Amino acid sequence: MNLTLKIWRQKNAKAPGKFVTYKVENISPDTSFLEMLDILNNDLIHKGEDPVVFDHDCREGICGMCSLHINGFAHGPDTEITTCQLHMRKFKDGDTITIEPWRSRAFPVIKDLAVDRSAFDKILQAGGFISVNTGGVPDANTIPIPKKDADESMDAAACIGCGACVATCKNGSAMLFVAARVSSLAKLPQGRIEGARRAKAMVAKMDELGFGACTNTGACEAQCPKGISIAHIARLNREFLSAKLKD
Amino acid sequence: MAKLDSKIPAGPLAEKWSKHKADIRVVSPANKRKLDIIVVGTGLGGASAAATLGELGYNVKIFCISDSPRRAHSIAAQGGINAAKNYQNDNDSVFRLFYDTIKGGDYRAREANVYRLAEVSNNIIDQCVAQGVPFARDYGGLLDNRSFGGAQVSRTFYARGQTGQQLLLGAYAALNRQIAKGSVKSYPRHEMLDLVLIDGKARGIITRNLITGEIERFGAHAVVIATGGYGNVFFLSTNAMNSNGSAAWQCYKKGAFFANPCFTQIHPTCIPVHGTQQSKLTLMSESLRNDGRIWVPKKKEDVELLRAKKKKASDIPEEDRDYYLERRYPAFGNLVPRDVASRAAKERCDAGYGVNDTGLAVFLDFKTAIDRLGEDVIRARYGNLFQMYEKITDVNPYHEPMMIYPAVHYTMGGIWVDYNLMTTIPGLYAIGEANFSDHGANRLGASALMQGLADGYFVLPYTIGDYLSHEIQSPKVDTNAPEFVEAEKGVKEKIAKLFSIQGKESVDDIHKKLGHIMWENVGMARTKESLEKAITEIQALRKDFWKNVRIPGTNEEFNQELEKAIRLADFLELGELMARDGLHRQESCGGHFRVEYQTPEGEALRDDEHFAYVAVWEYQGPDQEPKLDKEPLVFEAVHLAQRNYKD
Repeated sequence: MNLTLKIWRQKNAKAPGKFVTYKVENISPDTSFLEMLDILNNDLIHKGEDPVVFDHDCREGICGMCSLHINGFAHGPDTEITTCQLHMRKFKDGDTITIEPWRSRAFPVIKDLAVDRSAFDKILQAGGFISVNTGGVPDANTIPIPKKDADESMDAAACIGCGACVATCKNGSAMLFVAARVSSLAKLPQGRIEGARRAKAMVAKMDELGFGACTNTGACEAQCPKGISIAHIARLNREFLSAKLKD
Repeated sequence: MAKLDSKIPAGPLAEKWSKHKADIRVVSPANKRKLDIIVVGTGLGGASAAATLGELGYNVKIFCISDSPRRAHSIAAQGGINAAKNYQNDNDSVFRLFYDTIKGGDYRAREANVYRLAEVSNNIIDQCVAQGVPFARDYGGLLDNRSFGGAQVSRTFYARGQTGQQLLLGAYAALNRQIAKGSVKSYPRHEMLDLVLIDGKARGIITRNLITGEIERFGAHAVVIATGGYGNVFFLSTNAMNSNGSAAWQCYKKGAFFANPCFTQIHPTCIPVHGTQQSKLTLMSESLRNDGRIWVPKKKEDVELLRAKKKKASDIPEEDRDYYLERRYPAFGNLVPRDVASRAAKERCDAGYGVNDTGLAVFLDFKTAIDRLGEDVIRARYGNLFQMYEKITDVNPYHEPMMIYPAVHYTMGGIWVDYNLMTTIPGLYAIGEANFSDHGANRLGASALMQGLADGYFVLPYTIGDYLSHEIQSPKVDTNAPEFVEAEKGVKEKIAKLFSIQGKESVDDIHKKLGHIMWENVGMARTKESLEKAITEIQALRKDFWKNVRIPGTNEEFNQELEKAIRLADFLELGELMARDGLHRQESCGGHFRVEYQTPEGEALRDDEHFAYVAVWEYQGPDQEPKLDKEPLVFEAVHLAQRNYKD
């Protein structure tokens, strides 16, 4: 396959960015999208130019490090995958592909296609945990948990923290990310104990860090590589409201 | 040899750890506040250790190369974590888990360490459940289990195909709680580039800020290395792209001994290589072997038709299929350990029965299980793995069997540590995959997660106190000391030298060549000739690297090519040590298969008389042959025998 790439290049957080056009040739349809960018970068290095910076690590869709807006879609045109799992067979020979970083006020660009997502860590530090120390805990089978609750908790816990929900939301809201953590813990008896405090602290931190509000458009669910449902946002809202009513 | 004191406590195996805990010293809360600890790496080992040390009251600094601790490669572990809970009432026990692990490791691991691992395994499951890890459960609300290779019981706890992710999120949550409290300070996107020793003790590290390029100094009373394995020396592996051996390698060059570097795990069930543009390999969890059956055709004409895409796997009748693991190993069948399954796949492919166009693939077939249990049950068990397979290969594994082939996955070798997990450098510890201690020559499935969390939650936090109890009078480490200045200067000179080359080859060009040398000569089947060839070729390639590599840009920016170049420079040395270790070990054991040493049936042939020891390598300077020391392995509780998975 031969392709034209329009890639966002930006030297650092303060410099203005712009699109630069590149050509790549003889790409196998079985190549992954990031391998295609590897090939471009190898060519650029041989030509004495600066390669394109992009975040990536596990390349199997679980670490959440890769990002990219591809032709306007977070993680590209395929559904329920991350960019690293996207393969070139989803494109046509001769296509022009536009590649941008996540665009959100809370995720400033570091360089080219890499952004700073440390705001997610800060939200989780505000309350995304159960307050237990190592040791002194009961046997794992002491508290039976209905399979349905454990499964729902796992559905929410599948979040990889990539930020596609924020990048795709017109308000730049992190509600799906926050909801996934709150909901995962809320479905377990261990997590219920601090439920009210957790929901309030995480929402307050999210607001403080410059994420937008949720207007229920559902774009986050559609673009989430793990298919996390906005039903979890409903649960977060309930957790948050019932906590506030008790204040 | 005095340096190689394993410090294994005396007494009966089952009492060693309890007795040792009672004997070692502790640090009072008031003194813990005065002590600083650096933890490098935020996978299961690093995150659990840092969180626990923070809870205990130490001042902890934690470093990772990713943008968040949660990205560490532990997150990619799929299948599960072992523990000797015996919840399934199938006669499991601490001793059985210990025995399976020692046997699975082909009798090249330390008995005392492995027994301790089995002993604390149950605490790990309790801890994770308390943290809110959503393990799979049965309808009665209790925890579910499945089986993994090398075991005849069901002792593997799991969270769908994302067990590593869930365990890491648990440890990361515990870490976040300490970061919020201020007991742990986190430094993401920081890479350790050197270890600093003062008066022979580990006292700090030099790091590079990966965004700004700034070289920084950090001091502490103890340093913990939790940076994982070095499988990426092969270029293509199941490791994440940024996983590397550099932190461990700097420790080796500063005097920490390196143990069993040639022990590499080649995992049997990975998606086969598709072409030369490939950047990494993807694992298909071992848990799939609970229900999947591995086979190749019996007839060569079927192989030809499959390769020409004139026939589909599902067209081949049952009687024409060779379920070669079930044929060769009736007692364990498809659930033999990884080294055995990998070699058996290679044997069939070398004999000309490989089922794809490269001839390097076998089938992993779920038809029998789908017929028995229904597609819904299989989807519930492995849905995300099947989805991952289909996205990569464009083949629906519910209808056609998966194609798989072995790939580099894990390194059992690593920094030598004593029973306290301390290296040969006082105050320097190594935990998780970064050390060598628990898996011998072959790791069993679902045991890496167990070891990382055992070391981090339950072992290191106790043993490090014994060392630190002697440090309570030591003042804060002064990072203006000449040793820090010197180490920083060395790092800056190395970076400047790399930029000054401006040759013609990219880092990846050279890394691919190294990977090829390693896979062909230090891979699944090794010979004296191939290992000697590897040493010569790696030395030549290393020279080429220092003459011909091209790194664009500058140090003072986000420069991923520079990061890769620094790591490759170390891999080019580490690869040679792996080959040297493989050459010296004139026996086959676990993942180390020397073609010259095999039984008439093609099984690994150990030589317990001459090689029942840990090979421990000591750095002697640049381009000098390292010195070999030996830690004899003493077996008191198990009887050494050839591994038998047949009956």
